[in-house]
This record gives sequence, C-alpha cells and structure tokens, in this order.
Amino acid sequence: MPTFTMRRMARVIAPATLLLLNACATGPGPLYYWGEYQPQVYGHLTGEKGPDEQIASLEAGIEEAKAIGKPVAPGYLAHLGILYAEKQDGEKMLEYLDAEKKLYPESSAYIDFLMKSKAKPSN
Amino acid sequence: MPLVAAALLSSGCATQQPYDYTAYKESRPSSILVLPPLNMSPDVLATNSVLSHVTLPLAESGYYVFPVTLVNETFKQNGLVNPAEMHDVTLQKLRDIFGADAALYITVRQYGTTYAIISSESRVTAEARLIDLRTEQTLWSGTATASSAEGRSSSGGLVGLLVSALVHQIVESTTNRAHPIAGITSNRLLAAGRPNGILYGPRSPNYMTDGNTRP
Repeated sequence: MPTFTMRRMARVIAPATLLLLNACATGPGPLYYWGEYQPQVYGHLTGEKGPDEQIASLEAGIEEAKAIGKPVAPGYLAHLGILYAEKQDGEKMLEYLDAEKKLYPESSAYIDFLMKSKAKPSN
Repeated sequence: MPLVAAALLSSGCATQQPYDYTAYKESRPSSILVLPPLNMSPDVLATNSVLSHVTLPLAESGYYVFPVTLVNETFKQNGLVNPAEMHDVTLQKLRDIFGADAALYITVRQYGTTYAIISSESRVTAEARLIDLRTEQTLWSGTATASSAEGRSSSGGLVGLLVSALVHQIVESTTNRAHPIAGITSNRLLAAGRPNGILYGPRSPNYMTDGNTRP
C-alpha cells in the first residue's frame, strides 16, 4: 500500500477516532467540520507544508463542510487568513479574518486588533 | 449510568477526589486562548505537535478556541519567540490583545519514543491550567498521558481498541511516532465530560449539565 494513501487515511481517521472516543459524552456527532485543519496546522507550524498546499486543502474542505452542513472549526478561516498574508494577498487575508469574526463573534476583539496592526502586511 | 461507566473506563481510574468546580462555575468562560505549550521533554517537536491537537477537544467541548497559528504569530511579531516568554506575559495584556475569557497554559512533561529491542513505546504526558483572564483565578487544572503501548496491553475495552486502531494506523504513516499519541493525550486532557475534566462550554448542547459541586 503506498504511503500516500496510508497518510491520507490516517489524517481522516485521526480526528474521527478522537471524536469517537468522546462519543459517549458529546452525543450526536461533532459540532464542527474539521477536515484537514489540524494536520495542516501541524505542517504549518513545523514548516513542512507551504501556504499553497495548505490553502488548496483547506479551501476544498470549506466546500465539504457546506455539503455536510456543518460550520468549519474555530480558527479554520483565520488560519486561511494567515496563509494569504504569507502570500502577500491582503485582500484575501482580510476576507478570511472577517469571515472568522462573523462565524465566531468571540474573536471580534482580537481580529479587530489584528486588522489595526496589519494595515501593513506581515513579512 | 452508562456515561459515568464509560468515562471511568476511559480514564482507567477507580476512584478520584471530585474536582472543586466552584470558581469554574462562577466564571463560565466562553472563549479560550491556548498559549503555545511549554516543553520539558527533550523532543523539540513537542510544542508544535501538542499545539496542533488541542483545538479539537476544546472546541467540541463548546468553547471558542483562538486560532493557534495566528496567536503564535502575534506573540512572535511582538518579539516573543519561545513558549516560556509567552507564558510570562501578564494576564491583563493577554486580555487586552485577545479579548479572551480564559487562557490555557500547557506544559508537556513527556514527549517521544523510546526504542527498545522488543518493542518501542511512544508516550506523551501533558498538564494544563485554565486561568480566568478577568478575575485571574485558576479555574481548573489537570494532567493526562497516553502511550502507544496501551493498545497492546488490551486494557480499556472498546476505547482501548479504538486507541489501538488509531495508533497502529498512524504509526505506519508518520516519521514522528509520538504525534498521534499527542492527539490522544490532548483529548484526554481537554475533552469535557471526563472525570475531573474541563466543563462543557456555551457552544455545547451539554452546557451547564455537568460539574459536581459536592460528592
């Protein structure tokens, strides 16, 4: 079996299994769509994955989330914002930060702070 | 009480002193800022590995979790490069910047794989403290561990089987064998509905239903 398939399978299985482990406590399934969010975040933090690869994966995930009718996880859209900032695409960055704020008003103060300080795009 | 039985099964502990949730219940935070974990293990991967796993158990427990990569970046752009420096930032400052109700301070005690002739073991142990950023009170603290050897010792019934399946699926496919184990540790540490664990947050349908005040 090629490692790629195993890897892909493992990524899908991991969050699902963790949620299963919780199933007795959380009741009817997960609250959010997780998709590739945490594996991509890990790749981002370790530097193993570049912004283009992450964007492709996470944006495809947004469509999947719509299809199953669940909101994407907290931080998902904001992480896309940071990826576009890396690509010097300020417009897309703001779009995603704003989308995080709309979906999760708890983030408002922080996102506003970022938007003020990110008037100049990060390097 | 199947829920309690299941919870006990998954924790593997027979009796524990019930946690005092008084401060937690007074605070009822809805958003949690997770700081990059402090790493006391020799493996440099520990901080990022655990940080990448913790959003899921906390969010599924009903909390808004601030975007971990963005938070990390914010600290770095303010000249704080390692978790120890980040953990030293005053609570007031965190509150001002992030507008979070509570902050979670994680310390990774063990992280890594011990290779032995017969079989190797990956183990991750972490502890966490949840601090209210408004009152500066400690709301909760806990610790959890997970090991790749668990599945082989056939303990824990169904949960044990699931853990075993998860670990063996992923161990095949990763160069960092402790990383999937860190996912299990994070879940044990930070999923609500476990004995002496965190309470459900406002985004969960189970909000306000848990937390023993007195035995």
